[in-house]
Amino acid sequence: MDFGLSPEQEMLRDTVGRCLAETCPLDQVRSCVDAGSAVSDQVMAALADIGLTGLMVPEAHGGLGMSLLDAAVVAEQLGRTVAPAPFLARSVLAPLALTLAGSPAQQAHWLPRIATGAVRFGVAIAGIVEERDGAKVRAEAGGLTGTALFALDFADADHFIVADESGRLHLLNAAANGVERIALHTIDATRSVGELQLTGAVAEPLADDGGLAARRLLDAGRILLAADSLGAGEVMIEKAVAYAGEREQFGRVIGSFQAVKHMCAEMAARHEPCRALVWYAAHAFDAALGEAALMACHAKSHTGEVHRFVARTATEVHGGMGFTDLLGLHFWFKRMGFNRQVLGGPERVREEAAQLQGLTTAQ
Amino acid sequence: MNLDYGPEYERFRAEVRDFLDRNRQLAPESANRAARPSAEAVAWQNLLLENGYTARTIPREYGGYGAEPDILKARIIAEEFARAGVPGGLSNQGISMLVPTLLELGTEEQKRRWIEPTLRGEVVWCQGYSEPGAGSDLASLRTSAREESGHFVINGQKIWTSTARQADMIFCLVRTEPDAPKHAGISYLIFPMDLPGIEVRPLKTMTGHAEFNETFFTDVRVPVDQIVGQRGQGWFVANATLGHERGMLGDPDALENRLLALIRLMREEQVGPARAIDNPVLRDRLVALQAEVAAMKYNGMRVLSNQIKGEAGGMAKLIVKLQSCELAHQISALAIDAMGEMGILYAESPRQREGGSWQWNYMFQLGLIIGGGTAQIQKNIIAERGLNMPREPRPAPEPSSSRKEAA
Repeated sequence: MDFGLSPEQEMLRDTVGRCLAETCPLDQVRSCVDAGSAVSDQVMAALADIGLTGLMVPEAHGGLGMSLLDAAVVAEQLGRTVAPAPFLARSVLAPLALTLAGSPAQQAHWLPRIATGAVRFGVAIAGIVEERDGAKVRAEAGGLTGTALFALDFADADHFIVADESGRLHLLNAAANGVERIALHTIDATRSVGELQLTGAVAEPLADDGGLAARRLLDAGRILLAADSLGAGEVMIEKAVAYAGEREQFGRVIGSFQAVKHMCAEMAARHEPCRALVWYAAHAFDAALGEAALMACHAKSHTGEVHRFVARTATEVHGGMGFTDLLGLHFWFKRMGFNRQVLGGPERVREEAAQLQGLTTAQ
Repeated sequence: MNLDYGPEYERFRAEVRDFLDRNRQLAPESANRAARPSAEAVAWQNLLLENGYTARTIPREYGGYGAEPDILKARIIAEEFARAGVPGGLSNQGISMLVPTLLELGTEEQKRRWIEPTLRGEVVWCQGYSEPGAGSDLASLRTSAREESGHFVINGQKIWTSTARQADMIFCLVRTEPDAPKHAGISYLIFPMDLPGIEVRPLKTMTGHAEFNETFFTDVRVPVDQIVGQRGQGWFVANATLGHERGMLGDPDALENRLLALIRLMREEQVGPARAIDNPVLRDRLVALQAEVAAMKYNGMRVLSNQIKGEAGGMAKLIVKLQSCELAHQISALAIDAMGEMGILYAESPRQREGGSWQWNYMFQLGLIIGGGTAQIQKNIIAERGLNMPREPRPAPEPSSSRKEAA
């Protein structure tokens, strides 16, 4: 019995951490964001070099065939560095969709290309969480018609996995006729999302599994967003503690004031158990299927709450400086704000958790 | 991530389950915190001692089971007893605090004399640490013990002595060296509660019950050899036991059980045609607490794994007391809110739910947030030891009396 990361996972964490420390300092994040891009070519090339594009692609198809906990380890590092690096949809959800619902032929065609980075997927499954602004995608004889909002890893994607209104997944070439792409601008400029407006766009359907694969994608997505916040939140706490140890007012460092110490302690106390929860949810995704959906909900909603508190409190510890653009603290603040809302905010996710356990109105 | 306990441990788990299946009818209804253990509870304790399900690692010569320390087996025992809804071994301050202290720092004679009867529930202890003027700043305690012809003569007052009325014995911090710096002037004494000069007054709390007492000492004479550790080292002796208390207050199984009881309550309480749990706001709060309980459960497993590997518990351990006590309090708060007006029924009122236990818990758990190191002290510890933030200013080496006057 060992609740924690394996030596291999610790190695993965360190490798990715070193790679991002070199290629993704805050300057790099700023220069991407200033150029209006949520994709750092330098970071993406480095991550591809260490094989991350194929992280979740089965070994038989040229990938590393790793688990969701491995992916969570990577996501945490990306969150730490607020990396402008498509990973969630591209390297986790898309290969997962194909592994779960692709035909052998589809798998043989697409998975190796995902592993090498020859194709770049985005994923549009927000519609299965909630329908907003009437957006939905209908699968008709001629192809997909309708609107899919909040497609993830959107900007430079050349293909998309799209969930239709029944939850069935489809593989869509972004260059197909009848596909119009409209970028959405969010608070978090290190991530790219957008909407797909589809008019009879011809797509390859994946298995008609009653929405099962889409649900699994949702669980995986929620866990990895939580993992991203785990990294981002931890950095905000580290930065707050470091700042409180340097900044002097009234002749002493502000970290010696109990008011400030207690803000930091509260952040740490609420943040620390999130790590075990996210790890367990990621573990359950592969090893305890019966609990996976519920644990994904708990991890997503709980980190959503905790990291809103961390984002706000760490900013406050920095005083006026935290509010400026100068320190760049807001990149982490916004990253966690994004993670909280995407694929369902806490209240929505908790209601799902209640339904999963049969706690909602007796039928 | 390997959550398998492995075949050896699963065998052990099966043994524990088998024991519980065969013997659960002998278990007392629930562990009573405050009172002297009933005959039934003592018999159950003896059965558990005999089978190694309590005091498992305490050496046989002192009345324990003498097993090698094995964190996983201890965990399995706790899990299976919780799952069966059967109280485990006696858990009182004698067993959880005094016994580990004697094992670590007591003389051979003290160990032989006190550990076994304490484990068997024959000797009940109370703890004499806090004083009206020494709470979080425990080391400023003033109960004095001056040496006089082979005895310490004790004068002063203790507070929060929870089982003082039932206790046979007290382990008590007293100031033996009034001129030494405050941490170095304390000694740890053990003595009977029926000595002349000891007066115990029940201390009624906000719950309406007297879960605690005040204990007064007037010229109480205790032989000088009834000391644990050396004179003036009582602070260090006591700190060994405070660590044990903090571990005691964060039990993930207890939180999970409270949450399950809350879910049951919210399913049973009818509000008009609906159940309490059908209220979406209450249900949202419930699921939010459920996520927190899950987080604390897995955090506990993480701490456990670190211990097995011989690593320090780190931040994951430091936060347990603060978070668990707060969470337990919030679980009770939600239960009261879910009951609405029924939630205020108390004191054997008609229509009261579950013996008024949710309200009692709600109030008592506020006491637990304050006791055993207040939430604010916990935050200092987290900030200082966990985050390496500046320490609270400590009065530099105690000024001598002449310098005190000068100041």
